Amino acid sequence: MDIAAGLLHGFAVALTPGNLMWCFIGCFLGTVVGVLPGLGPAATIAMLLPLTFQMDPTSAIIMLSGIYYGAKYGGSTTSILLNVPGESASVVTCLDGYQMARKGRAGAALGIAAIASFVAGTVGVIALMLISPPLAKFALSFSSPEYFALMSLGLAMVVLLAGKSLIKALLAMLVGLWIASMGTDLFTAQSRFTFGQSELLDGVDFVVVAIGIFALGEVLGNMEMREGSEVLPVPKGLRNLLPTLEELKACRFAFLNGSVIGFLIGILPGAGSTVASFISYGVEKAVSKHPEKFGTGVPEGVAAPEGANNSETGGALVPMLTLGIPGSSTTAILLAALILWGLKPGPLMIQDNPSLFWGLVASMYVGNVMLLILNIPLIPLFAQILKLPVALLYPVIFGISIVGVYSVSGSLFDVWMLSAFGLLGYAMRKLEYPSAPLILGLVLGDSMERALRQSLMMSSGDLGILVSRPISAVMLALAVLILLLPVFKKANTWRVKALEENG
Amino acid sequence: MGTLERLMAKSVFKDGDVVSGAVLTGLGVFVVSEARNWDYLTPEGPGPGFFPMWYGLVLVVLSLVVVVSALARRAHTPQGDIDWQRVGRALLAWLALTLCIVGLKVLGFVIGFALLVLFVVSVMYGRPLAFGIVSGVATAAVFYLVFPVALNVALPVGVFGF
Repeated sequence: MDIAAGLLHGFAVALTPGNLMWCFIGCFLGTVVGVLPGLGPAATIAMLLPLTFQMDPTSAIIMLSGIYYGAKYGGSTTSILLNVPGESASVVTCLDGYQMARKGRAGAALGIAAIASFVAGTVGVIALMLISPPLAKFALSFSSPEYFALMSLGLAMVVLLAGKSLIKALLAMLVGLWIASMGTDLFTAQSRFTFGQSELLDGVDFVVVAIGIFALGEVLGNMEMREGSEVLPVPKGLRNLLPTLEELKACRFAFLNGSVIGFLIGILPGAGSTVASFISYGVEKAVSKHPEKFGTGVPEGVAAPEGANNSETGGALVPMLTLGIPGSSTTAILLAALILWGLKPGPLMIQDNPSLFWGLVASMYVGNVMLLILNIPLIPLFAQILKLPVALLYPVIFGISIVGVYSVSGSLFDVWMLSAFGLLGYAMRKLEYPSAPLILGLVLGDSMERALRQSLMMSSGDLGILVSRPISAVMLALAVLILLLPVFKKANTWRVKALEENG
Repeated sequence: MGTLERLMAKSVFKDGDVVSGAVLTGLGVFVVSEARNWDYLTPEGPGPGFFPMWYGLVLVVLSLVVVVSALARRAHTPQGDIDWQRVGRALLAWLALTLCIVGLKVLGFVIGFALLVLFVVSVMYGRPLAFGIVSGVATAAVFYLVFPVALNVALPVGVFGF
């Protein structure tokens, strides 16, 4: 199926009334989650994952992806009105967005954020559609050694960019690999790390870990404080939410910059939308005729990062859908969802499941339009969500988490484990161990071990097979280089500075 | 103040990096010792002990690096205190959640969850007791109506039958 035929088929799938409804629900929930500080798309997708098991996988992925990119739209609202980013990807939007709001241009800032998100989000989808099929075709030549090398490279990138301490990120990843090893070994039926519990023979359910680490860990972290922040007023009326022609003209390069940088950064595992938004902001400032005005409330300071963090979504889906390698915690959860629904993400995904792939791509076009329509006129309504009492919101998240986990297996043992992983998630946050490498280690652990063992079976135990094949050798060399990068002082200073800027 | 005095000034066990590093070292040792009980290599190729042995060893080495570097850092720079009041609030919330989970077998989800909401709303966020009770009953009722009734999703049932 060529791209044009695929896209037409995708629209036929995405425009069915049922899928339109799921797309709308996903986008709406994503916006709400994006607006709420402290509740991210990863936590929301993890909590809702069990409810999708009864759904058609195409409808389910359309809804979950809607939450993913919808959250990027919503994230800007709190950055602009509260100076508190709803998402980590919207941290940089605070710099100029909040200043614009303080000058009485909150409406215009929110409008620019929505328009930039729409333009860049659409560019991201176009690039996803054009790049994925040839990349998948190329990856068809991969065998076990290449897959092992690819997963090592992906994990190395995530470890490099996940936290200030590379060692802590590596440790988090190793804990993820350990959790993934629990259960029965697929090759020999040997039970490993089951502590004599029959419930652990099938391993630890991904949903339990994801909800515990993300949803509960995040909420427990937020519950440390009682106070909320003061919200700046949002001007009412559509006219007040539209930027002026002058402001839009000032943003024209920022739209392009955000789209391109966001997508390219998105493809790289581990970099994520926060890095994309910072780089895009930096580039915008560097090429601006008035860089000194950045941080005082310039519209392009809102457009560039908001565009980048939306375009990044399209980029991040490329390695997940074509190689089966997620680059962030949210895409790791989406990947786990595909596996739980019985699909095999990888080079054959587009060929074997054209309705799902092209339906998802087409739904992202539709979703971006929905989000633009939802966001501009409904911003004052979404801002009201910020007045929701956290005293009620947090126990509701606890309740949804318990129901989510219990609904998967009907086992109270899993619910007890949820509590343990919630504490682990909070401790990791507190002690600055990044959670993304743990989740990626957990998602990739099984496949990585299988690929390594199959490679060594192919070579009768000779590790040389990993470096004697050119693609695998290059990827492993890159992975080693990435992990050695912090040894070089200058490179490490750059890395730490970038992460510190990310907050 | 000398290096030794600085080290002694505050218990190393209050340092998050020292404690977490030590816990992870223990985990690494456990992984390696378990992996030793399984086949490392079989005639067909690597056995179930192969992969855990390697990541277990790396776990031990890296966690020891965390412990040693935390101790070295403490010797040169005084470390900031942990805000135990904030940590205490989070742990209290976790304890309430855990008690709710432990009580699910007896109380069931509806009662356990209503009590959890009441605790968070009235005790942790200091809202009036009446508001807490109404919130607890209302949210538990909404959960019951949405999940078992509307979506046919089972909730943990206690001795009272719901």
